[in-house]
Amino acid sequence: MAEKSILRLALSSRNLIIGLALSLVFVIAGLLSFLWTPYDVTMLDIPSRFQTPSAAHWLGTDHFGRDILSMIMVGARTSIAVALVAVGIGMGLGVPLGLAAAARKDSLLDDLIMRGNDLVFAFPSLLIAILITAVFGPSALNAIIAIGVFNIPVFARLVRGAALSLWTLDYVLSARVAGKGAARISFEHILPNVANLLIVQGTIQFSLGILAEASLSYVGLGAQPPIPSWGRMLADSQTMISLAPHMALFPGLAIVLTVLGLNLAGDGLRDLFDPKLRKART
Amino acid sequence: MSLLDIQKLSLSIHGTPILDNVSLSLRPGEILGVIGESGSGKSMTAFATMQLLPDGANASGKILLQGQDLLTTSEPELCAIRGKDIGMVFQEPMTALNPLQSIGKQVAETLRIHDRSLSRGEAMRRAANTLERCGLPGDQFPLSRYPFELSGGQRQRVVIAMAIALQPKLLIADEPTTALDVTTQAQILVLLKRLVSEDGMALMMITHDLAVVSGMADRICIMRAGKVIEEGAAGTLITESKHPYTRALFEASSHQPDRIQGAHNVPLLQVRNVVRDYALPRKGLFAKPGRHRAVNDVSFELHHGESLGLVGESGCGKSTLTRAILGLEEVQGGEILLDGEPVFAANQPNHKVRRKMQVVFQDPYGSFNPRHKVARLIAEPFHLLETQPRGAEREALIDEALESVGLTPVDKHKYIHEFSGGQRQRIAIARALIIKPKLIILDEAVSALDVSIRAQILDLLADLSARFGLTYLFISHDLSVVRAITDRVLVMQDGEIVEQGETGAVFDAPAHAFTRTLIAAAPRLPDIPAHIGDTHGA
Repeated sequence: MAEKSILRLALSSRNLIIGLALSLVFVIAGLLSFLWTPYDVTMLDIPSRFQTPSAAHWLGTDHFGRDILSMIMVGARTSIAVALVAVGIGMGLGVPLGLAAAARKDSLLDDLIMRGNDLVFAFPSLLIAILITAVFGPSALNAIIAIGVFNIPVFARLVRGAALSLWTLDYVLSARVAGKGAARISFEHILPNVANLLIVQGTIQFSLGILAEASLSYVGLGAQPPIPSWGRMLADSQTMISLAPHMALFPGLAIVLTVLGLNLAGDGLRDLFDPKLRKART
Repeated sequence: MSLLDIQKLSLSIHGTPILDNVSLSLRPGEILGVIGESGSGKSMTAFATMQLLPDGANASGKILLQGQDLLTTSEPELCAIRGKDIGMVFQEPMTALNPLQSIGKQVAETLRIHDRSLSRGEAMRRAANTLERCGLPGDQFPLSRYPFELSGGQRQRVVIAMAIALQPKLLIADEPTTALDVTTQAQILVLLKRLVSEDGMALMMITHDLAVVSGMADRICIMRAGKVIEEGAAGTLITESKHPYTRALFEASSHQPDRIQGAHNVPLLQVRNVVRDYALPRKGLFAKPGRHRAVNDVSFELHHGESLGLVGESGCGKSTLTRAILGLEEVQGGEILLDGEPVFAANQPNHKVRRKMQVVFQDPYGSFNPRHKVARLIAEPFHLLETQPRGAEREALIDEALESVGLTPVDKHKYIHEFSGGQRQRIAIARALIIKPKLIILDEAVSALDVSIRAQILDLLADLSARFGLTYLFISHDLSVVRAITDRVLVMQDGEIVEQGETGAVFDAPAHAFTRTLIAAAPRLPDIPAHIGDTHGA
């Protein structure tokens, strides 16, 4: 019964529907690019460079004559993959760290984890990325690591804060009375009850990851040529903006729409979970 | 002429009927007790009078305050009435005050809202006066105090000061003492009574506790499911009412479950010289952290089949002691033995001992993980067993536990939010029973329940104790409940047991001054003549 009403609420949330639809467009484009793109993105076709949108090239071509639609499709794949794995790293490491810190509140472990988080937070993410790429060289993989590392403290703090209040509840106490250890309680009782928060924060971090990947590629620290990336497409178009504005317009739109879509979806999810919490109280 | 006259008030919220033809009236200087169980609409009647109704509320009828219908009054006019003509005191003093403002400022603010010409200094002077009238004299409680520096009872005095600062004609108090200890409750009730007589205010006192109202109200109005069931003068209504619901309510309030005395003289739980210290935060960077002794040299024994009460006010160390007994926390001195074995051995809880005891908590809402089904919830203590039952055996045990608390096996497939507070407390008891423990610790297990539900749960506990030979440690601040269900009682104050003995003896002839204060402070229902009780007793 509860699931059904959530689905109905989800369908009535405009933010969620628009957000998910926008995000899905890019996810599908990215997935489709594995099988098919209108043109080969590594094929240079100098004679047809700087073409404005036309029937042959829907979004036009760039300074090497590559099809911009195809590049955006493959770029979506890069952006989404980088952001997804980075959020995965952030959640995968941050959530257990936050759960552990909450379970052993005020212990040395808690201090180590949280002060370590503060340390990571103290570095701007771009600086970490430059640090990592300076050591390991620029690549999509290193961009993933850089963004992922920055995500860890976000999730660790979020989970610790939420878990601390859950640890004071009677059902956690009765699980302790049933002899369950901290790790087991954390996964059985705490984690499912912070899942709402994680989903919402996850979508927000996902959109931030896409932005971060674009910025890193823009400064040349992300995916390397010939792999297309939205950020590098923007960087490439910079010097030719007066000559071929569509080269900047379409990758820029792709970034804006994806981030907008994910933010709307995140908002929608938050709205979706909030009334449920309120209803459960009364 | 009456001050407040509610005529045929009906209220629905988003189409759900809440109040049905409620009519009430209050004369100046009169105290009206509005009594009802949860969901009876008593609080909504108050909120309707204040016109502080939630979104989607639709009211019909009339609420006349000195002839003016509040239902048709505009919001700006209502703002002028709220606080000035009608004051309100809420249940929870912890959240009714702004934690970032001093108490003087908060009281002065209510004065200045309604009288812009009042200077800051004059408002503060009058705030000081009002606080003093409410029992917070300026030399001990300067206006610059913040709410966190005050106890619950003192905060409630500040809330009352805010409500009466402008000497309203009507004061509405919504469960003003429910969150307080008995001794504090008694003081707040005295204060309210005094203020009413001094200012000639009318007081609408909303409560679920009959005993609280019976001592102070002039008239009583009993509500149930959005309707006024009965109304009348306090004295006659309590002793002479023939209305079945009123009678049932009064009987439930003083309910005495039939218990079989099954105590043996064999100790089950032995608590010897237990000391529990907490570290306080450091005062300086290099200062040694201080220690707070929450439980100080506590010793007692609990025998097989016995029901032992532990009473005391909040902060006396009851809960700390409970956690130590459950082996959740290590003690700093003394020992706790269950069936002769320590509950905490070699720096970790002793599972062999812990499977012999279980606990039921106060809050029927916070006691369960909302994401698990009942079967999984009540099977949790299986974790303590060496070999956990599986498959059909597990299902059979779950069914048995549910049936023993008066629920059905079908219930195990439901989520916890599908149950009422009383049913949830039954499920909590089922969870405690499932591994057949010897000792069940009931930590304020009936305090959050309505009187009629409380009576049912007390009966259930008495019945289970007889059937399974259970031993209870019954922790409560409610003396009447402790009296009804325990054989012996311990009285705890500031981390120490100040008195112990047979429940009846301790209650009838308390030896320690603190016990006497507690018993004197506890509100009591007047005795109901036997012939009336008999007619509906069956």
